[in-house]
Amino acid sequence: MKVTLIDYGAGNVPSVERALRRLGSEVETTNRAEKIAAAHCLVLPGVGHCAALISALDTHCLRQPIREAIARGVAFLGICLGLQALYESSEEAPEMPSLGILPGYVTRLPEIVKLPHMGWNTLQTVRPSPLLDSIPSDAYFYFAHSFAAPAAGNETAATCSHGREFAAVLEKDNLQAVQFHPEKSGAAGAQVLQNFLRATT
Amino acid sequence: MSLARRIIPCLDTDGARVVKGVHFEGLRDAGDPVELAARYNAEGADELVVLDIAAARDNRPTFLETIRRTAEQLAIPLTAGGGIRSLDAARAVVRAGADKITVNTAAVQRPELLSELSAEFGSQAVVLAIDAKREGERWQVRIRGGREGTDLDAVEWARRGVAMGAGEILLTSVDRDGTQSGFDTELTAAISKAVSVPVIASGGAKVPAHFLEVFTQGAADAALAASIFHDHVQSIRALKEFLRASGVEVRLPC
Repeated sequence: MKVTLIDYGAGNVPSVERALRRLGSEVETTNRAEKIAAAHCLVLPGVGHCAALISALDTHCLRQPIREAIARGVAFLGICLGLQALYESSEEAPEMPSLGILPGYVTRLPEIVKLPHMGWNTLQTVRPSPLLDSIPSDAYFYFAHSFAAPAAGNETAATCSHGREFAAVLEKDNLQAVQFHPEKSGAAGAQVLQNFLRATT
Repeated sequence: MSLARRIIPCLDTDGARVVKGVHFEGLRDAGDPVELAARYNAEGADELVVLDIAAARDNRPTFLETIRRTAEQLAIPLTAGGGIRSLDAARAVVRAGADKITVNTAAVQRPELLSELSAEFGSQAVVLAIDAKREGERWQVRIRGGREGTDLDAVEWARRGVAMGAGEILLTSVDRDGTQSGFDTELTAAISKAVSVPVIASGGAKVPAHFLEVFTQGAADAALAASIFHDHVQSIRALKEFLRASGVEVRLPC
């Protein structure tokens, strides 16, 4: 199935595209609302400041098509900021509402640890997770962020801990998201993307 | 389990080929960056740094092509730098496939560059490289590949750089670089304690015990080396197995 990769100028779009192509996917990168409205499989990558993502979504009028695509059951994968954008808002840009698809707020990790949370960390699974299928429970994933989602939501399938526990894998029907970068997480990351793609076919 | 300490091979290039030298001088050829990147990706490196150490003498299109071809090989993060003086130059490097940008001399000359980069790419993408040389009880910041001194104290400069937007410090001991006599753990600990962001220690690595020292006594979050990996003096896998057996958390890919 063709993957529609939302390209609003985030730094990691090329590497996400490369990782998906390596797995044999056809990838279309776009920032156009009508392409997103017609998508069957949607990936929202992101890295950097959340204000950049939110304002880019507004500039290109992408909020509504993304919300509608998720509502009509399109397979969706959010990566890093693409996970954080699903909540109501982020402490990183409190004046800008996020997509508001999930309840709750993204907050800064506590400064009792080094920030950004940068490097390879392991996950604690909360419940069986299709995205983490065939991946050893002690596998490491690459993180690069200072803000994070709450751990306690119903959609949380796995958490990670750095200063506090936060949601690392979200799964709610067709909606899936990861705080780490699967495109930069070696073989384990490739397996996450593979699991996402497999579920869409 | 918590955040693993990282092992980072560094490719110093003349734009196209990997080169190496002692104390930043006497360069000789050490291989093809794309081949080395593929090898390190497979061997379990946690990240890769690619530097254009000839940037001042200039061959940017070649270096961008090297970044592009190197990124093709990687399923791990890539940091690139050397001669980045402007937001435009950084954009080109990111578009070529780098996840993080490292700046050194240009940030000393114009610290606002750090704020500009972090506003555009996020602080997690901005690595401040500091070349430090011991001067009595302190460390002096050096620029232009370590050749030129400054008035800056390395600890103060690290703090200021983080306040300006750097999300990570790549700290090289000019005294130890190329000597294979071990990291400067005192320098690393001083900087690591002074800042809230991760610190990558560099300069002087040879044996696994050097890495253990810099992670324990030096409080480094990551350690970087070049020639010992290029020349097969040290395998990344064996190094990580040693560290894990010594109680340091590292990622051992299967």
